[in-house]
Amino acid sequence: MKLMVSVKRVVDYNVRIQVKPDGSGVVTDGVKMSMNPFDEIAMEEALRIKEAGNAEEIIAVTIGEQKAQEQLRTALAMGADRAIHVEVDEDIQPLTAARVLKALADKEQPGMVLLGKQAIDDDQGQTGQMLAALWDRPQATFASKVDLDGQKAKVTREVDAGLETIEVDLPAVVTTDLRLNEPRYVKLPDIMKAKKKPIDTTSLADLGVEAAPGLKVTNTAPPPERQGGKKVESVDELVSELKNRGLI
Amino acid sequence: MIYQEEHLELQRSVKKFVDNEINPHVEEWEEAGIFPAHELFAKMGKQGWLGINKPEEYGGLGLDYTFQLAFAEAIDNIQCGSLPMAIGVQTDMATPALAAHGSDELRKEFLAPAIAGEQVACIGVSEPGAGSDVAAIRTTARRDGDDYVINGGKMWITNGTQADWMCMLAVTGDSNESPWKNKSLIVVPLDSKGVTIARKLDKLGMRSSDTAQLFFEDVRVPVRYRIGEEGMGFILQMLQFQEERLWGAATSMTGMDRAIEATIEYTRERKTFGQPIIDNQSVHFRLAELKTEVEALRSMVYRAGRDYADGNDVTMLASMAKLKGGRLMREVTDSCLQYYGGMGFMNETPITRAFRDGRLMSIGGGAYEIMLGIICKFMDILPKRK
Repeated sequence: MKLMVSVKRVVDYNVRIQVKPDGSGVVTDGVKMSMNPFDEIAMEEALRIKEAGNAEEIIAVTIGEQKAQEQLRTALAMGADRAIHVEVDEDIQPLTAARVLKALADKEQPGMVLLGKQAIDDDQGQTGQMLAALWDRPQATFASKVDLDGQKAKVTREVDAGLETIEVDLPAVVTTDLRLNEPRYVKLPDIMKAKKKPIDTTSLADLGVEAAPGLKVTNTAPPPERQGGKKVESVDELVSELKNRGLI
Repeated sequence: MIYQEEHLELQRSVKKFVDNEINPHVEEWEEAGIFPAHELFAKMGKQGWLGINKPEEYGGLGLDYTFQLAFAEAIDNIQCGSLPMAIGVQTDMATPALAAHGSDELRKEFLAPAIAGEQVACIGVSEPGAGSDVAAIRTTARRDGDDYVINGGKMWITNGTQADWMCMLAVTGDSNESPWKNKSLIVVPLDSKGVTIARKLDKLGMRSSDTAQLFFEDVRVPVRYRIGEEGMGFILQMLQFQEERLWGAATSMTGMDRAIEATIEYTRERKTFGQPIIDNQSVHFRLAELKTEVEALRSMVYRAGRDYADGNDVTMLASMAKLKGGRLMREVTDSCLQYYGGMGFMNETPITRAFRDGRLMSIGGGAYEIMLGIICKFMDILPKRK
């Protein structure tokens, strides 16, 4: 079976985000970019599935600007077999991303599509679910454990009440949570090998997808600055202080 | 730019490793005055990072020196000077001569495990009576049948309390001979009988790196543990110094960038006389000046690195890079520390560690004065010996 993993280029999690003065978004020029950490977990899971002998090929996909190929190279260095770059210049919203992945799923016929449960740039957390609906296949979201069993996958999900285990028929969409695995460090020999692996470039038009932005960002603002704290001497004082402020 | 996409990918991977596996422990290791070299090197060995430009027959990756340079810059994301130094001892100070001139047998026995991170190496040149003046070392290795018998002592040995073996420079010839022709490089296993690790030294900076004084009393090692020809040790060590000095310069730049960045952040937030400190022209101009110097150093290091990767001798450029890097470390950390005011004198502020650690680069691997002497020699302006 083939596995398809979608990886998104986002501002690195270590970067202190700066909001543009006009509120139109955040500064990305000259800022360190990386693969979305949840997608990295998805990539790692795909590698483990393949290494366990349950998949033959891993295809990494990204939708983004020319430079997003850096993230595909990272995916190839981690161990993906080939990559598809859907080159776009504009921002892509979840529904468009889901339509692109659906078109690619139709073409590649993967047994599983793995994605991060959300991207750390806009935190929308919608693409996986939308893809499952468009593709008309089962979804297993927020996965913290994935076990394959023939044409089924048993997936443990992190939900508010605890852990829920479900079984889905393959092909299916799996979105990955933080505790699923710890992604490997890319080894230098694999980086050198990745150089020879192919990246196919395609476009929305080629895939017959129209970027129809249904969402409009009206303003982006930084969170309020942290107010100075206060030290209290005892638990009693803490409790009365919290009561005074109407917090409990 | 001498880096391609593969170099940058390597740097991303190293940076991530540093963030996850090293930086969270730095405070604890600085406090302890030592870091777990075997444990850390084993992890790094698995990644292939301890033999990037070493021969593939011994587990290395056989890549050109520019990859080692990219690695050096990335490993300098570690938030102290000690670890990059200790790692550099393993990759660029104790092993280049062995990799280039050791016998197959010797490389199998000592280079391969160093590359795999199974063994920790150290370099034994300095002695209590001879640091930068390498020709003046006194430790002797006398031939006795198929063995050398080693007597003497080595000082300021990085990784010295944990190392499995030392790449030692010792006098194998006659003391009347030319001091450049009577020495040899010998691999000395440190569990040999007669080796004493006298003490772990207490230092101004580089605190998480263990530095030792060692004594050798009638230590026997087989003659086949010698690297290259007998009497060639001084020359081989001088060649080996190229990588040591380039490593020193290459692992100073990311740290200086970090110091400047941190100072920008601090002086933006800290206000005096009603305005952020950075709004004083004397401050933002100075930071721009320092950044320019760091970039100039980087260009020099890249040029030397490229030349070295192409197989050229870069002794002069490597010496210049170390000289400049050492001076600049002091200049950058001192200027930045100043802008922190009182906080710059507090150990909780990272700039203090950079200030302490950075001081060594003007001394270790050949002091300033030695670098200047080498450069003078290339310029042919040293006074002639009478």
